[in-house]
Amino acid sequence: MPWLPLNASTYGADIDSMFFLITWITGITFVLVQVTLLVFLFLYRDRGTRRAYYTHGSASLEVVWTVIPSIILVVLAFLSKAKWDEIKVDTPPGDIRVEVIGKQFNWEVVYPGPDREFGTGDDLTIDNQLHVPVDKVVVVSLKSIDVIHSFFVPQLRIKQDAVPGRTISVWFEATREGVYEIPCAELCGFGHSGMKGLLTVHNQTDYDAWIEQNWPAPAVETTAS
Amino acid sequence: MSDAIAAAPEGHGHSLGFLRTYIFSEDHKMIGRQFLLLGLLMIVVGGLLALMARWQLAWPETQVPGTRWIPEPYMFDGYMGPEFYNAVFTMHATIMIFFAVMPILIGCFGNFLIPLMIGTRDMAFPFLNLLSFWVGAVAAVLMIASFFVDGGAAASGWTAYAPLSSIPTYTGVDWGQDLWIISLMVLGISSLMGSINYITTVVNMRAPGMTWFRLPLTIWALFITATLLLLALPVLTAALGMLLFDRMAGTSFFLPSGGGHPLLWQHMFWFFGHPEVYILILPAMGIASDVISTFSRKPIFGYRSMVYAIMAIAFLSWIVWGHHMFQSGMNPTLGSAFMISTMVIAVPSAIKTFNWLGTLWRGNLRFTTPMLNALAFVSMFVIGGLSGIYMAATPVDIFIHDTYYIVAHIHYVVFGGSVFAIFAAIYYWFPKMFGRTMNETLGKLHFWPTFIAFNCTFFPMHILGIGGHMRRIYNPLQYDFLQPLQHWNVFITYSALSLGLAQIPLVINFFWSLFAGRKAERNPWHANTLEWTAPSPPPHGNFETVPTVYHGPYEYSSPLVAEDYLPQNRSVGPGSPHAAAAAR
Repeated sequence: MPWLPLNASTYGADIDSMFFLITWITGITFVLVQVTLLVFLFLYRDRGTRRAYYTHGSASLEVVWTVIPSIILVVLAFLSKAKWDEIKVDTPPGDIRVEVIGKQFNWEVVYPGPDREFGTGDDLTIDNQLHVPVDKVVVVSLKSIDVIHSFFVPQLRIKQDAVPGRTISVWFEATREGVYEIPCAELCGFGHSGMKGLLTVHNQTDYDAWIEQNWPAPAVETTAS
Repeated sequence: MSDAIAAAPEGHGHSLGFLRTYIFSEDHKMIGRQFLLLGLLMIVVGGLLALMARWQLAWPETQVPGTRWIPEPYMFDGYMGPEFYNAVFTMHATIMIFFAVMPILIGCFGNFLIPLMIGTRDMAFPFLNLLSFWVGAVAAVLMIASFFVDGGAAASGWTAYAPLSSIPTYTGVDWGQDLWIISLMVLGISSLMGSINYITTVVNMRAPGMTWFRLPLTIWALFITATLLLLALPVLTAALGMLLFDRMAGTSFFLPSGGGHPLLWQHMFWFFGHPEVYILILPAMGIASDVISTFSRKPIFGYRSMVYAIMAIAFLSWIVWGHHMFQSGMNPTLGSAFMISTMVIAVPSAIKTFNWLGTLWRGNLRFTTPMLNALAFVSMFVIGGLSGIYMAATPVDIFIHDTYYIVAHIHYVVFGGSVFAIFAAIYYWFPKMFGRTMNETLGKLHFWPTFIAFNCTFFPMHILGIGGHMRRIYNPLQYDFLQPLQHWNVFITYSALSLGLAQIPLVINFFWSLFAGRKAERNPWHANTLEWTAPSPPPHGNFETVPTVYHGPYEYSSPLVAEDYLPQNRSVGPGSPHAAAAAR
């Protein structure tokens, strides 16, 4: 389907294949049910000559249409669980770590700086600019300082609410270089619409160059601005 | 309740006067009509709000026609600001759910139909019934009043997620949110009174011979819905109370700064909220079953399965709430448990759909306006049900959560489902309710444009959702990745405007028929259920004599009689035991 945004993450392909599988199942069900409905409406319309068939139902049919949907749905549930666990439960340690803090109406992005530790003097804080390298596992620690926001990158197929009082880890591995929008997906006030950051996925060389230009130099102690 | 039965016939002869007949009536039929009027009035308000939001989405930050009279700071010479936009969609959803669909499906049809269909003279507690309506009306007034206070109406979504809803500076809305909370608390009292009444009446006041498994499915659905209301609303009221304390008394139930937790609100809200979804759809399922059986001239297929499916849905509705919270920060392991319960709840819905198809199979279908609307209900409910599977599947939900896919889904269920069932019910019971017949031509002139415009409005929302279009945003053009989808927003808005216009034939038909429609006979549709044995409209006390029930409600085309229907109160042969056999 051309409608899904271009996928740019590792597990995005899994989510898309799940999406298409469900689309096949529901699509076939949809056609079968609606066509049956239309055929019945045509065949059994009142023509003034017939009497309806007097029946109260069929126990075996009830069993059939209870069991078949149950099996399909249980299979779907187990397929979903495996992918869900991979994406949301078993967060990998990650090659790159950043903090993203939602606040009305910006994403504050915190980089650990050269010492790779958060909460030290060499942290770098920039609003709405998330820079990551391609093909690396990025773990984002999501926080919020006011209301609930939701970190959403459509092309990466990732969405996770940022909840005040909590730190929630979410990970992705981008597979395609480019610049992607990070809209807020949870209503967060009058500036909700238009609250967006930009995710830049660099190749390793560009990423290193970006660090070189923007991160504080390792030796010099600077204060995050 | 024996008082009610005893007192009712006295009301027959003498007049109660205008005030006690039309305003402070204790008659379940008048209270039903009052709820209908309230609901229809509010559906107009909710619909106009939806159209304003749609205009903004199609043509962001242009003048919305006909709104220049709305003062600042809501509208700026017809231009809508983002604060007011948030209030508009918040109030659209709140009004439609709590003050349009619930009052009509449950308040109106619950009140009107329960005593008539179970064969009794009135509700168990007529005065409580009166209170239920007037308390509900007060709630509606409070909700509307919130538009006119400083800061405007609530703007934190109909789900009022804390902490956005708990601190006024986060939204800029102060008293509007308080009134929203208070109004829903008051409405909760109204619904509680109603549900106690419905449950008591169905349990205790069924006509002689009206066993549980001879109840029409509409009554089964309303009965189970009433139990859901009884159990779910106190949870909402408690959550609303805590939210109000957070706002006004400095508590921190939902505020992390004081040790509270924002997700607690979501758990409480959705613990109420998911049964609420079924509160909106179960009565619609019951109504569709009755209408489809009547106009198929055929017994409902799998009556007992239908009843058990309603019970299963009602039970399961208590353990699926977490599927609204997959991306909320709730422990993701818990997500899998909620996914499985959510997949399971799809099964009874599937059973019901197949049984509706089974009812049509080899029937003798009559495409009256109520039948067309009931069939549209089935067809649209299938779409709403199937699209729900995408959200149940947790990995797919990551992408479509909080997008227009959800908006499409809820509207296929609540408009495609509940509202088409409401239309079916209005056309079907209008003759009984008002003693006059609605015009069939106008009815079809209402149905077809509505059906087409409905699909043109809500189906493309799936496409927007798949494209990643977030819900509740004020201006989609602020996002580069949504630019290529904007033509759908324009198309949807044109369709929504058409959907609004398509309701004009209903308004004309309703009021014209009310005063000048052909007088209705007792049983214009040749239906079996007990309300059709009463005069149209039924007098105070409903029945000349309380009917005795000999059959189930769906004995159409029974071999026992020459006609193709067999009213529940007609015994075949003098006191014949065969009659009971036919009720199986």
